[in-house]
Amino acid sequence: MTADSDVAASERPRDLVRFDAVERATHWISAALFIVLIVTAIPLYFGSLFGVTLPRVDVEQVHLWTGLALPVPFVVAVFAPWGRRLRRDIRRVNDWTHEEITWLRSWGRFEIDADKFNPGQKLNAVVVAASSIVLFATGVVLKWFDLVPVSWRSGATFVHDTFAWLLVLFIVGHVVMALTHPAALMSMVRGRVSEVWASRHAPRWFAEREGKVSPERD
Amino acid sequence: MTPHEARERVTTIPVGRRLFLGLVGLGALGVAFGGAVQRRLGDALGSGLGGLLPGGDRFRIYSINGDFPVIAPSAYRLHVSGLVDRPTTFTLDDLEAMPATTMVKAFQCVTGWRVPNVEWRGVRLSHLLDQVGARPDAVAVSFESYDGADTESLTIDQARLPDVIVAYRMLNAPITVEHGGPVRLYVAPMYGYKSLKWLSAIRVVDAVEPGYWEMNGYPVNGWLDGTTGPTNPDPSLT
Repeated sequence: MTADSDVAASERPRDLVRFDAVERATHWISAALFIVLIVTAIPLYFGSLFGVTLPRVDVEQVHLWTGLALPVPFVVAVFAPWGRRLRRDIRRVNDWTHEEITWLRSWGRFEIDADKFNPGQKLNAVVVAASSIVLFATGVVLKWFDLVPVSWRSGATFVHDTFAWLLVLFIVGHVVMALTHPAALMSMVRGRVSEVWASRHAPRWFAEREGKVSPERD
Repeated sequence: MTPHEARERVTTIPVGRRLFLGLVGLGALGVAFGGAVQRRLGDALGSGLGGLLPGGDRFRIYSINGDFPVIAPSAYRLHVSGLVDRPTTFTLDDLEAMPATTMVKAFQCVTGWRVPNVEWRGVRLSHLLDQVGARPDAVAVSFESYDGADTESLTIDQARLPDVIVAYRMLNAPITVEHGGPVRLYVAPMYGYKSLKWLSAIRVVDAVEPGYWEMNGYPVNGWLDGTTGPTNPDPSLT
């Protein structure tokens, strides 16, 4: 790995932009919506187990409208001119090297020439995106249930609950990783990481930016 | 070569897209076939074990205004009035002393969730109507709940179906407060919302009065096969 010598060779440490304002706003608005969805899901899902008694109709309405709002910030960001950086990051999340696949299969047991996002972060992004779409679609089926046969409604209930569990699992993991990696968390708050951080945690991205791999694109 | 491909000299695989489409596809398959899979699992495991599955066979407890009306069995009263010869107030003991009907049926919600093998015990509504002397010109029966919000209704013919009962036992036990105890309606051939919880009053009336859920968009006649006419031709429902 040549990243360390690159840092040593540079005149003085600079900060790199990891997430621009559009990406950060999209992340935090979506995060707030996810929190509302999870909090309102608890009495809806566990009501029967623990006898949680809240005005179900009101909780349901909050859950419904928050769910319908969930895709809005992402759609506004990704399809607009200001979403260039977000679109590039989505392409990064899509592209995996053989090494990255092996790394994830080994549960991260070896040192990797990590991209801007490591395979775990890529996996998280994909699962959160796919689960969100599935939850949105099945939520629509559960709300406007008379559009589909009753067997589909049963299936939609099953899928909505299963993917909700999957998503919560990944969100918990995501939050734990963020809290134990403050520099990464701060890059989603202020947008920047140090060169030292980039060379250590995202060497391939760092090298790319420094023109060592391919022209700077990010 | 697109700039996208030129980004890296390393060959990349679109794992993100494949995983994304795979998960969405799994979701779609689950909508189409998950109900059947879950039904088979639930029938095999029963509502106890099946209740542990995510989205599995568990009751979702609905309450219109947020609290469950808690009524001691000894304080329970059922008022029957309207187009009847003998308006009567029944206690729980009165109901339990009447000829009992027991059924084991799946509880099916109109929104899709379903709990198999639920045991119900109670007295046929038709028996109650005979007890109070429902008049021949009666057209419908209206139901009220101790929650002060829910209402329901059935035509007199629906009310006299043999699997429409005033239930006081469910799941092999006295009906719990969250399931609508001590006494609730159980309309076996229709979706769950017709089975009003915390039954407080029955009025025999001259017209169908759409209930709470019907005012909120559900069919007045919620037959399990999806038909919405006043009578249902499918004998398997009853």
